[in-house]
Amino acid sequence: MKLKTLALAGLMASTSSMALADGVSIGMITTLSGGGAGLGIDVRDGFMLAIEQSGRDDIEMIIEDDERAPDRAVQLADRMIQSDDVDIMTGIIWSNLAMAVIPSATAQGVFYLSPNAGPSQLAGPGCHENYFNVAWQNDGLHEAAGAYANTAGYSNSFILAPNYPAGRDALTGYQRMFEGDVAEEVYTQLGQTDYAAEISQIRNSGADSVYFFLPGGMGIAFVRQYAESGVDIPLIGPAFSFDQGILGAVGEAALGVHNTSQWSQDLDNPTNVAFVEAFQAEYGRLPSLYASQGFDTANLILSAMEVAHPDDADAFRAALEAANFDSTRGDFAFGPNHHPIQDIYVREVVMQGDVLTNVVVGTALEDHGDAYADQCQM
Amino acid sequence: MSAALLIEQLLNGLQFGVMLFLMAAGLTLIFGVMGLINLAHGSLYMIGAFAAAAVAGWTGSFWLALMGALMAAAMIGALVEMVVIRRLYDRDHLDQVLATFALILIFSEGTRFFFGSLPLYLDTPDLLSGPTMLPGGIEYSKYRLFIIAVGLAVGAGLFWLIARTRIGIQIRAGEADREMIAALGVDIRKLYTLVFALGAALAGLAGAMIGPIQSVEVGMGEPVLILAFVVIVIGGIGSIKGAFVGALLVGLTDTLGRIMLPQLFGLFMDASSATTVGASLASMTIYILMAGILLFKPSGLFGGQS
Repeated sequence: MKLKTLALAGLMASTSSMALADGVSIGMITTLSGGGAGLGIDVRDGFMLAIEQSGRDDIEMIIEDDERAPDRAVQLADRMIQSDDVDIMTGIIWSNLAMAVIPSATAQGVFYLSPNAGPSQLAGPGCHENYFNVAWQNDGLHEAAGAYANTAGYSNSFILAPNYPAGRDALTGYQRMFEGDVAEEVYTQLGQTDYAAEISQIRNSGADSVYFFLPGGMGIAFVRQYAESGVDIPLIGPAFSFDQGILGAVGEAALGVHNTSQWSQDLDNPTNVAFVEAFQAEYGRLPSLYASQGFDTANLILSAMEVAHPDDADAFRAALEAANFDSTRGDFAFGPNHHPIQDIYVREVVMQGDVLTNVVVGTALEDHGDAYADQCQM
Repeated sequence: MSAALLIEQLLNGLQFGVMLFLMAAGLTLIFGVMGLINLAHGSLYMIGAFAAAAVAGWTGSFWLALMGALMAAAMIGALVEMVVIRRLYDRDHLDQVLATFALILIFSEGTRFFFGSLPLYLDTPDLLSGPTMLPGGIEYSKYRLFIIAVGLAVGAGLFWLIARTRIGIQIRAGEADREMIAALGVDIRKLYTLVFALGAALAGLAGAMIGPIQSVEVGMGEPVLILAFVVIVIGGIGSIKGAFVGALLVGLTDTLGRIMLPQLFGLFMDASSATTVGASLASMTIYILMAGILLFKPSGLFGGQS
């Protein structure tokens, strides 16, 4: 009896290690329901498009919805690491969830590649050799927006963001580059849907520009309510406040607005042209920057898998660091803290046919790294 | 802070308050008359918003959408009362909480099944879009003024219904002593279904009216439900007057707290920590208000001494 159980256990152990040696399993925790669903769905769709295009059938995907709840994300991560035995994790959209999941995941030897959140804590002292950010450090697009506001001649901004790690990074980043005054700095609740009080403050602030970082449903609610209120102080934002998902819901209220992004659907490089076309053919809508980030993340993983299996951690890590893949952004390289060094563009919202979208009108920052790299010791 | 800004913020608080009142009125009636804790009240708010979005999608008319939302919420409310809720009146509160929580899950997944998990959007009708000029040079959104007007009108209508009509007398009697009113020959089952449908319709109306301002999505009702519970606890359970006063108190406290607390902390802290601390504390103000009121009036402002 005992012998039988032992043999059975041995058999099970050998089959599971065989599965490990052959394929790679990737756990994706992302937001697929509620006010942040648009972001997670785009990341997932972009990611899966790259996996499909690769034609590899040795990748096992486990995709779960975190509902933007940190406790749910932690639960899912524990399950993926401890019972599903994933090699690589990815997918988290929100920085507060990233802070709850990533440090413990990387400490347990799992690779984490962030397709979106890039909290400053993980770029500086909290960096880790197994943590890579394929999107940006949180401050990046906001720093670019600050630089853009200077060149656009604004001198007094009202700034607004949700009260969570990425929101605080956003306003810090904007103020790092912006040389004018800040009329008022306001933090709202994450997931807030009514901005009447803040819009009244803006109306009475005397500012000449409004900088706001409100991703997903929050941005949709804000821009719609802002248009309704009749306040006509120009809006500036990072790409998150005017991504493809928001534009569709906001409508013409967003026309002519400027925003900053590391990616745009009209970037003219072969990878991007093919990506935009394939994404539209597959899903019937224009990709957003989140979709491009998901696509790049998957392609980075695929490029490293050509070199080594994640079980061979050192070789796999070196392959990720080399970033030997074709990015939709054109040039792409990692800095010493595993965060991107890239160009950040200024985009304008235009009507193309009958679809609102962004086109590049200039470059805000070239080969931009982040402010925390020298605090990182791996 | 200038007078114009203060008035604008008071209007914002009032608008938020009357929205909460529409939710809380139904909740407090249902609790007061039937003694039922209905966690699924937030789902009826969501159903109202989705029904409005669907009708607006078919017909393009906001006014039809509003009517559709009222009817859909009332009908689903009556149906739920007859099929599920009716069996819960004699159970204890834990059973009611469990069963109505199950209803939340069923409604949320059902809505996701039919409408998907991406948010929907309603447009404001042309008549009410854009700002208007109020006396004193204050610009304010027409649509928010419309919400305030509807909320106050519904409030007045409810007072009239409860105080002056035969149904109102029966509702009040049902609150006081349900065995006695049944013994007097009032069909208590019909009365309960009616009250439940009325509460559902008010929640549906609230959901439909909020659609053009916010997004219509699965799970939109639960945050409002929590606030509505705060309102009825502050106002006193079962009291429409209490729900009205409580809703306005919560609406004004929340709105004014959000803008004033960061400024208050700015007096003695540096700007960036004042805004973060102020913003964090602002999300607690209504709960502090509730705790304060319960300290002095344990059964709420207008609660009976039961």
